[in-house]
Amino acid sequence: MNQDPAHDPGSVGLVTTQAITLFEQGEPLRLDSGAALGPINVAYETYGKRNSDSSNVILICHALSGNAHAAGRHHAADTKTGWWDGYIGPGKPFDTDRFFVICSNNLGGCDGTSGPSSIDPKTGKPYALDFPLITIGDMVRLQRELLKHLGIHKVLAVAGGSMGGMMALQWVLDYPDSVSGALVIASTPRLSAQNIAFNAVARQAITQDPDFNHGNYYQGPKPERGLSVARMMAHITYLSEKGLHEKFGRRLQNRENFSFALETDFAVESYLKHQGSTFGKKFDANTYLYITKAMDYFDPFPDPETTARHLKSVNARLFVMSFDTDWRFDSSRSKELVRILNLHQKNVSYQEFHSPHGHDSFLLPDHEYQLSIATFINRLYNEHMRRQPQKDSHP
Amino acid sequence: MTESHESSSAPPARSSDLRIDQEVIAGLVGNGARVLDLGCGDGLLLEYLINNKNARGFGVEISTQGMHACIARGLPVYHGDIDQGLSDHTDGAFDYVILSQTLQAVRRPRFVMREMLRVGKKIIVSFPNFGHWNIRLKLLVSGRMPKTPMLPYEWFNTPNIHMCSILDFQDLCRQMGINIIEQIPLAAWGGLPRSPLKRHLVKILPRTVSNLLAPVAVFLLEKGKG
Repeated sequence: MNQDPAHDPGSVGLVTTQAITLFEQGEPLRLDSGAALGPINVAYETYGKRNSDSSNVILICHALSGNAHAAGRHHAADTKTGWWDGYIGPGKPFDTDRFFVICSNNLGGCDGTSGPSSIDPKTGKPYALDFPLITIGDMVRLQRELLKHLGIHKVLAVAGGSMGGMMALQWVLDYPDSVSGALVIASTPRLSAQNIAFNAVARQAITQDPDFNHGNYYQGPKPERGLSVARMMAHITYLSEKGLHEKFGRRLQNRENFSFALETDFAVESYLKHQGSTFGKKFDANTYLYITKAMDYFDPFPDPETTARHLKSVNARLFVMSFDTDWRFDSSRSKELVRILNLHQKNVSYQEFHSPHGHDSFLLPDHEYQLSIATFINRLYNEHMRRQPQKDSHP
Repeated sequence: MTESHESSSAPPARSSDLRIDQEVIAGLVGNGARVLDLGCGDGLLLEYLINNKNARGFGVEISTQGMHACIARGLPVYHGDIDQGLSDHTDGAFDYVILSQTLQAVRRPRFVMREMLRVGKKIIVSFPNFGHWNIRLKLLVSGRMPKTPMLPYEWFNTPNIHMCSILDFQDLCRQMGINIIEQIPLAAWGGLPRSPLKRHLVKILPRTVSNLLAPVAVFLLEKGKG
């Protein structure tokens, strides 16, 4: 991880986030809520080279707290790489020697793409809670517009974990002719009551913070404590009980005996506090509210008629993957998705991987999982090449 | 990751690549059928059916190796055990459900057969025949659990927990009210995929002696009318 990017053959090396403004003129983006939004800034990164016919494009969708920085480093001195660096790079499953990989910050985000913290051109002030409520469908619509502006009309694959998996699924449903394959990883076709409950408590933690101020906190102190509590709770759901216990056990933090006071006795407390406060400082609380809401609303298969309608024109190949210790979106949720797709005779594969790391497994390196992604992507690409042999042989 | 590169660029399945019982099974599947292959392994049969019989196929496989091979072939495949792979599907969703050399390894053979008959209009089952003379002789002579190239395990580590003979299987079909459309005893060891002789060894044996002489049998079945 600490290798010099210039000498790490598996890294995409130094990258920069790019920015584009869409929906600047003409029609604004029509949202599922009925509202309209524009102009919209989008932050995105690309890795690898695009084919002359743009046939090697892979779109990566990030999860709740991710951003456009999926691989490589922004500066040589960066200790941290992009959030999916184990999967994107030369020779990696999303092989940048062969594929053109794009990742953009989601609509409603706080890392370069328009969201509640962005300036509303009408008022000159941050949108805050005047930002319209958004859906997974809206996020995907914006990605589609970004690709169109880059001259890309069809992608080889869309891939994402957790909420990113919902987006990959949404892509297949909304743009069936524009996607050859989708990787839906550690995800779900809908949130359960328990998932929504966790999101609801997270939102309560934020909105009950005295600094929340109805979302208008951009001029003063931010509701970092509320956001930090929300993140601490969510973080527990990203790990498995076994994984967490193996990492921390009942170890005490910098002490040999209990404090018998309300102090941070256990190492796991200290760890969570650190995770929470780091996140509280860098992430926007309003974005957290909006994105969790979008996840709550996601439900492409609410009843048999809607399901049939949504799946009617789908002909992409889907690969659904889950991890056996994930309890945020456990394997049964992935299997539920596979069952729905099978009922409608869609081309779907499913694989469960063993991992001790719970929901976070989808982000971490694992040989079998990497090999499955690579095999799926290679197959899609080879099929594409086989379909157009004559085109490639022409000068 | 080279493994996947190689397998994904491998030529599509030809009939000569098939195991002998797979070849017979392929012959039973009608054109353009929707096929569920339980325990599909590396997906060879399924790919063959898709390429040569215009089938729409779906596999169920428990091993990671098998999964990767199927994905490399572009087959839709479900990672899991056979029970799970079946409960996902509605009644009559498939024209054929195939269980090739796996019946003897499932925990509840009758349940699996019933489920197969629920989701499939016709089912194809192949299994090693425990009534084969070689097995009878081995048990008689050595007094120990017989081992053969198809059944190479020790008694304590064998996955094959429900061995039966052709006669046993016929009894079961009768009990369960299953209609036997066709039964094909094979004269060759179906478990030896790379044997150069295998294609010459295929002979249809007279039914009366098949329980003694056939090491493998393939059955085409459907729900009884009664």
